[in-house]
Amino acid sequence: MREELLAIIERNSRIDLKELAVILGVEEIDVANELQALQEEGIICGYHTLIDWEKTSIEKVSALIEVRVTPQRGQGFDNIAERIYKYPEVTSVYLISGGYDLLVSLEGKSLKEISGFVSDKLSTLDSVLSTATHFILKKYKDHGTILTKAYEDTREKVSP
Amino acid sequence: MKNMLSEKAVALKPSGIRKFFDLVSEMEDAISLGVGEPDFDTPWHIRDEGIYSLEKGRTFYTSNAGLKELKEEISGYTKRKQGVSYDPVHEVLVTVGGSEAIDIGMRAVLNPGDEVLIPQPSFVSYEPCAIMAGGVPVIIDLKAENEFRLTAGELEDAITEKTKLLVLPFPNNPTGAIMEKKDLEEIAAVIRKHDILVMSDEIYAELTYKEKHVSITEIEGMQERTILINGFSKAFAMTGWRLGYACAPRPILEQMLKLHQFAIMCAPTTSQYAAVEALKNGDDDVAEMRTAYNQRRRYLMNAFREMKLECFEPFGAFYIFPCIKEFGLTSEEFAERLLEEEKVAVVPGTAFGDCGEGFLRISYAYSLENLKLAIGKIAAFVERLRQQEKK
Repeated sequence: MREELLAIIERNSRIDLKELAVILGVEEIDVANELQALQEEGIICGYHTLIDWEKTSIEKVSALIEVRVTPQRGQGFDNIAERIYKYPEVTSVYLISGGYDLLVSLEGKSLKEISGFVSDKLSTLDSVLSTATHFILKKYKDHGTILTKAYEDTREKVSP
Repeated sequence: MKNMLSEKAVALKPSGIRKFFDLVSEMEDAISLGVGEPDFDTPWHIRDEGIYSLEKGRTFYTSNAGLKELKEEISGYTKRKQGVSYDPVHEVLVTVGGSEAIDIGMRAVLNPGDEVLIPQPSFVSYEPCAIMAGGVPVIIDLKAENEFRLTAGELEDAITEKTKLLVLPFPNNPTGAIMEKKDLEEIAAVIRKHDILVMSDEIYAELTYKEKHVSITEIEGMQERTILINGFSKAFAMTGWRLGYACAPRPILEQMLKLHQFAIMCAPTTSQYAAVEALKNGDDDVAEMRTAYNQRRRYLMNAFREMKLECFEPFGAFYIFPCIKEFGLTSEEFAERLLEEEKVAVVPGTAFGDCGEGFLRISYAYSLENLKLAIGKIAAFVERLRQQEKK
């Protein structure tokens, strides 16, 4: 049940216990217990809402920043990653294989705010060697959801 | 001009679905639970292979029986799924949908007057194809109390000296019924005893929600007398690609190939290239879609239980077949009123044979959100009918 349950709530975290039990073909109490176990084990880390900010009047700018760093003895990348992820404007930090080390995503109110963060805070960290900032211009798809087009059922309404 | 038309063609009953289709089409905002095809798009990697084949200029006929590579994949697939081996050169034919395979399969084996046993409710094509091939359809009425499975007794009772072919439509459209191994073994004994052929339409084979699907060809002595029909429409959400196939013993397949060659030439080339990709790398997509269908199936079963509407639990395809006899309406009356009063389209059971009277086919090839919307309306309608009855 675990894998199927996770797949469902990854798409729809608002689905209620009763419906989960019905579509998984199990008892409600079993779903509740499993959800609790998943939270305690740190597998379910949060329940978020996917928002297309573009469609609001609220100004938001997001960027992806490639960061090359010098790993520290005994700490590897963990220390520097922690120093970066503690900034609230940083929305994610990944260690990446390939041409650079950390991929940092950032959300701010304006281009200026983001470039200010990169030049004042990120680049000045001791172990940071270089950064490359990519501003996001348009989100087509996020978290497995297509943002640019609504689903349309183009099938004939009745067929054998 | 006198005698302009074929008497046989004129005598064919038009599909019962057609009439309903016209009604629904007139209604703009109807919610439909009436389709017999997946709601999923064809997985992208499969579409991509189709596009790629066009880019490469693969726009010519393939050999009549189909691309060699596809026939080999089909042969490997039946081996992998069912443990049944077919020679890709002489025993596999790629067709334009399972529908073509039904048609040419009938024409390849029937002689005038041969009786064709057709269990109903079932897909709309078997009866007209049997008639056009010169056969005489003999309908077996399947029963709700048997969960619409075909029993050995029912089969035995329908067999005469003229019986040539049994159509075996499982997992079933419209009932969602399946035949499990034990059921198949029982009818296989009757089939062997009377030495008849089988046309097993297993187009929904990938969509079962209990045990893995068992093909009649897996049963002792059956492969040699069976035309196995399958295709890409339901399993891989490829209805519009029009691609199916038949596997059959060489003497039968040779005749089918001739008919296919003269009527069709070959199945669409683009579709065949896409289908190779489907069989090579599509197992995960199928599993994902099956899981989604199963969730919806459970949702609908629960909803009908809560409505206290009689309904056996179907374990195949993507249909539920609830009974509406308690309301004293025919299937058509019920479906028409549901459409008029609640704007929900379902298909009357009678579209799939007279014995579908008193039942509705409800398709769950729709998102859960859509199903919820429709179920709310059906529940309101059912409640209103029951209130009216009390008065």
